[in-house]
This record gives sequence, structure tokens and C-alpha cells, in this order.
Amino acid sequence: MNRTDKNIQFLKEKALWVRRETLNIHRIAQETRLASSLSPVEILVVLFYGGIIRFDSKNPRWDGRDRFIISKGHGTISFYPILAELGYFDMEELSRVCKEGTFLGGIPDPIIPGYETVNGSLGHGLGVACGIALALKRQNKNEKVFVLLGDGELYEGSVWEAIMFAGEHKLDNIVLIIDNNKVCMLDYCKNILDMEPLDEKFKAFRWAVNIVDGHDIEQVYASLIELKEDNGGRPNILIANTIKGKGVPSLETDPLSHVKNIMPGDIDAIIDGLK
Amino acid sequence: MNIEKKTMRDVFIERIYYRMFEDKTLFFLTADFGSPKLDKLRKDFGDRFINIGIAEQNLINVAIGMALEGFTIYAYAIAPFLIMRAYEQIRNNLSLLSHIHEVNVNLVGVGAGLSYDVSGPTHHSLEDISIIRTLPNISILSPSDWVLAERFADYSIENKKPKYIRFDGKPLPNIYDSKDVINLQQGFSELIEGEEICLVSTGYMTHTALKAADKLACDGVKTGIIDIFVIKPVHEDLFFQALSKYKHIVTIEEAFINKGGLDSLVMGILNERGVNIRLTNKGFKDSYVFDIGSREYLHKLNNIDEKGIVEDVKRLLKAYR
Repeated sequence: MNRTDKNIQFLKEKALWVRRETLNIHRIAQETRLASSLSPVEILVVLFYGGIIRFDSKNPRWDGRDRFIISKGHGTISFYPILAELGYFDMEELSRVCKEGTFLGGIPDPIIPGYETVNGSLGHGLGVACGIALALKRQNKNEKVFVLLGDGELYEGSVWEAIMFAGEHKLDNIVLIIDNNKVCMLDYCKNILDMEPLDEKFKAFRWAVNIVDGHDIEQVYASLIELKEDNGGRPNILIANTIKGKGVPSLETDPLSHVKNIMPGDIDAIIDGLK
Repeated sequence: MNIEKKTMRDVFIERIYYRMFEDKTLFFLTADFGSPKLDKLRKDFGDRFINIGIAEQNLINVAIGMALEGFTIYAYAIAPFLIMRAYEQIRNNLSLLSHIHEVNVNLVGVGAGLSYDVSGPTHHSLEDISIIRTLPNISILSPSDWVLAERFADYSIENKKPKYIRFDGKPLPNIYDSKDVINLQQGFSELIEGEEICLVSTGYMTHTALKAADKLACDGVKTGIIDIFVIKPVHEDLFFQALSKYKHIVTIEEAFINKGGLDSLVMGILNERGVNIRLTNKGFKDSYVFDIGSREYLHKLNNIDEKGIVEDVKRLLKAYR
């Protein structure tokens, strides 16, 4: 097994652990949006355990960090265990999600170390990221700005204002990752407003488009390593094709998975079945 | 004192222009809205001027992103579009986020009240004070003349918090003298000390209030005038001290009354202290202004012109004499 294979195996194990911990959080905090939080697991794992993002968990506002702007806040309960294990806060906090006195709510807020901006309402993250990216460029800083958006979030007009802006201003220090799980709250996105072909839309706005299977650690890892080093004069988008509710069979096939809870008594069996 | 008509925005922008030479952290962003003085700024500071396009939501978001990285940002547009189109951006990313991180974003809106009189109700701004006042962490600066506008330019750089700076759209004469010592921290100025009745106003309406007070003075009525130029946070104790000398306060604003604006500010301060001071609120009723005509004509229709104020004050005075 060479070094890269070892890394991949390590990341796969981490993804399994994160998925398990996310289910454990949902067991005690049924208000959390489980299905949305399970689709970006591999993306979050590769960013934070794969050496893609530079960070200092003891100094979350460290100037030399890469910025990570989460725009689909509700769908990142899976980020809680990652932040805890990396030392942003105590692991014990994970057992208090949505309980009185904690800072870990059902929708993450920037009072949580590691969350940079407000993300409870959709469609804000990319615009703020554009401002950060422009500011970094004007200061000749080489830190990158990673942004996580949901595909349903692309219906917000403010996102397209930012897409135009990033293309025009050649913000090649932005890596936008779309958690393309294809399901909104009430239905499959294609039945609401079909955004395909999504890649063509971004190309038209002068973005460099990359597409991966968002659950394939090798693909996500290889792509993000490449995009991190890319300064080709165009902002980068990584369309990560994912499955909403990945790992929970009853969620994976349900267009209403967004609002579907898994009963605490069913969680152990689901965890046992995780691969 | 030298009286000269100028627009607040040009004086403000010119001052920012000069500060940009020494302070490299200043950036001026616009949603494709200009001014004569802005032409000079964008020519000489092309690298720190960004026309975001007609996209107010992105204007605010980009402004906040840059401010998070330490820059001082001016986000400039027509007042109602700036504030209302991008209200959630202002609420979440400015009001809410600045609870946690320091951001110096200055929302500079032109067209307070009925500045854009004949452009109709989409361009009027009768709600801005109410809706921004309800948001924590954002100051509201509402100058009545260009002298104050110039002072606010320096204040906006030194006071590193989010602000909404609302400018009148028309050239107006100065009320204050360039050499005056103006206490910005206090947030108001008692321009005339009167007896019994005091007119409290902001922005353009302070000019109308002053004219009405002149007229009343000719008739032997000495009316007080308080110009409030920092709606939030005004120094409440000092403001109350000034108000408490009077028996009756009349607030005058180019805004919907009883909706959380200047009238509510005064009412809250008086209520909290439980004093027996009567209050009359003058402004616009719960209805948009579709009438076409000059600002003075629209004021007359809504009884907030000079004549309407004079008559109201005389009528109110009868209760005390």
C-alpha cells in the first residue's frame, strides 16, 4: 500500500466515523437536518483531514487559514464531529447539540468556532466569499476561499449575482463546491426548476468546471488537490454529485428526506449497516 | 456664517476621497449609482472603487466579505434599494454577524424621505429609519446638512461598526458652520432653545422646522428645535434632559408615523422615564404617496409643510396659555 492509498483508506474510515457520529447527534437532536448533512460528508472529510484546508483549531481566526464559507448551514451537522475531533471545541459538546446552554444548535451559527459566517438563510455564502476572495487578492495573500453550497440553493438570485461577479473579477482563489444532492425540501430539484445542464451555466459565466462523484473519496481528493493549486484566472466550481441521506437507505430514495427524521430506536441498526 | 447649498453625498465622498490617500484600507463600492464627486474618486482610485452592478444583495455581501478581512467599506446606492432590496443581507451578514466579528461597513443611501419627490413611491424612503432601527448593532446617521455629512465621513472611518448613513438627495444649505464644535457622540443638537413646545426633527425636516420656528418667532412664539442626527445610538440621557425642559414635543419626519421611526424613539425615551410631556407626531399616514409634485407640494398635502407646522404649534399652545 503506497502513501496515497494509505491516505485514501484513512479518509474513508474518517467518513464512516463522521457519518456514524452525525447519526448519533441526530439520535439526541431530532431537530437536526440529517439527510442534508449526510450528502457532504466526504467533501468535509477530504477538506479537513486530507490536508486541503489550512487551519488552526486553537486559533480559528488565524490569518493564514484558508477560508471555509458554509452556505448550506443546515446541512452540515456532519461538520460538528469534525470540528470537535480537530480540537475546535470539546468532544463532549457533541452530546449536547440543541440542549440548553450549548452553542451547537440545529442550524450552525458563527458563534461555533470554525464557522466563519452566518449561514442559516440560503444564498448568502458565495457573495460574502467573493468579498473575502477579492480582499485576499488585494493584499496579495495566497489563502484560498472554499465555499460549500447546496444545489437547491442555486435558486436564490443572490447566488447568481455572485457567480457573475466572481467570473468578471477572475476570482481564481475561490473553490465553490456544490453538494449536488438533487433534492430540495419538497421534491427532486428537476421537478421544481431543472438547473441542468449546470456545468454549461457556470462555463457561460467564465468559471472552470469540474465534476466528481461526491462520495468517491479518491475523486474528491484528487480534484480538490488540483483545484487548490489552480490559479488559472477563473473561479473554480466542483460539482460533487451526491445522494441526499447517503448511508440511510430510507432517506436515499425519499424526495421528502429533507424533513424526515430517523427515530432514535432505529439509529443503531442504520449505524451497523454503514459501509 | 457662510451659507452654501451642497449635496451631502458630494461633500461626504470628497472627504472620503482625501482620506483614501492616507488610508489604504478604504474601498468604495457602488450598485451602479454615482455622483459628480464620485467621478473623481473612481478615476483616481480605480483600484479601490468597485461598481458591483445593479445588484444590491451582492453589494452588501461583497462589502461584508471585504470588511471581514479588515477593510473599511462604503456600500453606496439609492436609499430604498440599498436598504430594502438587500434587507436580509443586512440583517444576517451585517447586524447579526457584527455581534461576533468587527466589520466596518458603511451603508450610504441617497434619497432619504421624499428627496426623489417626482419619482414616486418606489424611490421614496419613508420606511428606512424604522426598519434599520429594529436591527441590533447598526448605527443610523441622519445628517441635516453637508457640514454634518463631512463630519460623518471621518466618524465612519474611526467608528469601526456597521452604519447606515442616510443622505438627502437634494442640495441643501448648511445649518451648522464648518467651524462649529458638534458633539457627534451626543447625537443631537438643540438649535433653538424655546418655551413650552419643541420641534424634534431629522434630515431635511430640520430645515422646515427652522423655517416654521422663524415664522412662529415673528408671531411671538418661541419654539425649541432639536435636530437629531444620530438616530441610533443617540445619547438617551442627554436627549431626555433636552426634551424634559418642554411641556410638549412635536416630532416631524418624512416617514410613516407610529411605525418605529423618530416618533417611536422619542416616545420610548419619554415613556421609560414616565414623565408628563405631551407628544404629537407629524409625518405620513399609513399610505404611500402617489401624488406627483414638488417636495413642498407633497408636504403640504400631508400637512408637514411650514404652514402646517406653524398652525399645529399655535393650536397646541392654546392648551398651555
